[in-house]
Amino acid sequence: MVKEASIPLTHETVSVPNTKSHLSQMGDIAVKCPKCKEILYRKDLQKNLKVCTRCSHHFRLTAYERIALLVDPDSFRELDADMIPADPLNFTISLPNSDKKLEYASKLAEERQKVGQNEAVISGYATIESKPLALAVMDFHFMGGSMGSVVGEKITNAIELAIARHMPMLIVSTSGGARMQESLFSLMQMAKASAALAKLGSEGLPYFSLLTDPTTGGVSASFAFQGDVILAEPGALICFTGPRVIEGFMHIKVPENTINSDFALQHGMIDAVVPRRDLRQTLSRLLQMYC
Amino acid sequence: MAYDLEFEKPLAELEKKIHALQRKVDRLKPEERIQLQTLELELRSRTEEIYEDLTAWQTVQVARHKDRPYSLDYIKLICDDFFELHGDRSYGDDHAIVAGTATFEGQTVMLICQQKGRDMKEKQYRNLGMSHPEGYRKAQRLMRQAEKFKFPLITFIDTPGASIALPDEERGQSEAIAASIYLMFRLRIPIVTAVIGEGCSGGALAISIADRILMMEHSYYTVAAPEAAADILKFGSPYAYLVAEGQRIKAKDAHAFCIADEVIPEPLGGAHRDYTQAAEALKAGLRTHLRELKQIPIEDLLEKRYQKFRTIGHFGRETVAKTAQI
Repeated sequence: MVKEASIPLTHETVSVPNTKSHLSQMGDIAVKCPKCKEILYRKDLQKNLKVCTRCSHHFRLTAYERIALLVDPDSFRELDADMIPADPLNFTISLPNSDKKLEYASKLAEERQKVGQNEAVISGYATIESKPLALAVMDFHFMGGSMGSVVGEKITNAIELAIARHMPMLIVSTSGGARMQESLFSLMQMAKASAALAKLGSEGLPYFSLLTDPTTGGVSASFAFQGDVILAEPGALICFTGPRVIEGFMHIKVPENTINSDFALQHGMIDAVVPRRDLRQTLSRLLQMYC
Repeated sequence: MAYDLEFEKPLAELEKKIHALQRKVDRLKPEERIQLQTLELELRSRTEEIYEDLTAWQTVQVARHKDRPYSLDYIKLICDDFFELHGDRSYGDDHAIVAGTATFEGQTVMLICQQKGRDMKEKQYRNLGMSHPEGYRKAQRLMRQAEKFKFPLITFIDTPGASIALPDEERGQSEAIAASIYLMFRLRIPIVTAVIGEGCSGGALAISIADRILMMEHSYYTVAAPEAAADILKFGSPYAYLVAEGQRIKAKDAHAFCIADEVIPEPLGGAHRDYTQAAEALKAGLRTHLRELKQIPIEDLLEKRYQKFRTIGHFGRETVAKTAQI
């Protein structure tokens, strides 16, 4: 179980905690960059905020790593840390004539065990250069960052806190989309979070949305694209439909890395692409101007 | 109308026998006349039996039936007048969303409806009912207009999902859907949505944020088309029928989850067997709910709309409570 106190928020050294790194394993010392295939020392990579020193490929961060990267040391207070997913549909599928079986409840238990987190989002409030904000940070490592009831609820709670305390809101998205195992409940989380954001907007409070790799499906088609300011990390996959599905549908080849942050910027869908090392400062400037 | 779905085979056989007898017309012998009557009764009771409790996958088949009434069929039967409004004023006109002002029960309403095509040519024209971003932007334009003139908003949902081609990404499918959802929560007019056939994914949700959600008896509402969901879960689309069962996508389920407010009964054997009866039932539902909504002051209505969606979702708390300090 991750406790609040155990989150190292060492921003001065801007190194990212090594506890739950999901880098492609090459022993403890080295990691291979999936983009340029360079072998990187894990230590160097950590120091460089998990950005490849050669090609600037941005590795995925866990939610806690992201929080440590963005907010003032020791300023983060987590909300709803005890919230756990349920299985509203009692979702079990077993394929005929095979052992393949899918049980949502046991999948959840497995993921919670593996990732050491209750769900695919961490929410709370913190300060960035002493300016307060509420935030919700998604985590791709938990079931592909898919959005179920808990993700929707935690994000909505954080937004409602922002409204109650008159704070700006930040959501860092990374998600494969809706969670199929919760079907309609999952779909409705898009509506729920959007409802709260609409309320936040009518209170005149700003909402900053940061898109990281990947932001797709139901998440991109709801709160991710409702930001007053929408930022993205370089090279992040940002789309409604993944390239593989588009290929299957259109019978064309979608070249690698087409639908990414630059594509979104080029087509007028986002405000800026911000490299990881500049994120904190960028957010701080925005908070200064909007609040 | 013939019974042509897979699970309707026993009905089709009965029907065939009935037709054979009916063809004789005057030459029917007395015992054949009795036989015909029994067969007709049997057909009816068997149909009732089967349709009373369709499986999720059977529901999908009925909702996708080639003769099922589409939005424009309902509009013709429900509204006294309908003037279609086109275009999003910035890029183009999407044919998968049909929208415009209509006269419903003596008052002007704004209709925004998803429309599928019946034959090959029309299917292409309507892009299989999969809206492009400009469709959702047209919807937003007309929602604002409805608000301006205080017309109640009625939307019909019938889509296998939003369009998923590369040009849709270029024009911002995500943003179009997201903006539509956002806008509907702030619209200061009553909104009623009716899922008339398929309600899949964000493509359906984009225009179905409403004060009341009605569902036709054999329609379904789910997070993604069953085939897509089966793919995402790595089962492969041939197992879509299993996923559909698991996801509990029927109107009845959505009603049990308190997401759909009312299930509108369909004629025996599905809406495609009697357009008029289906339309009458839908009209009655729309009438009741609109009337109720008009009684509610707008501020209360917006708060109720917020609470309706705010309360959806299931989760638990760890038993050893770690209370957050706020």
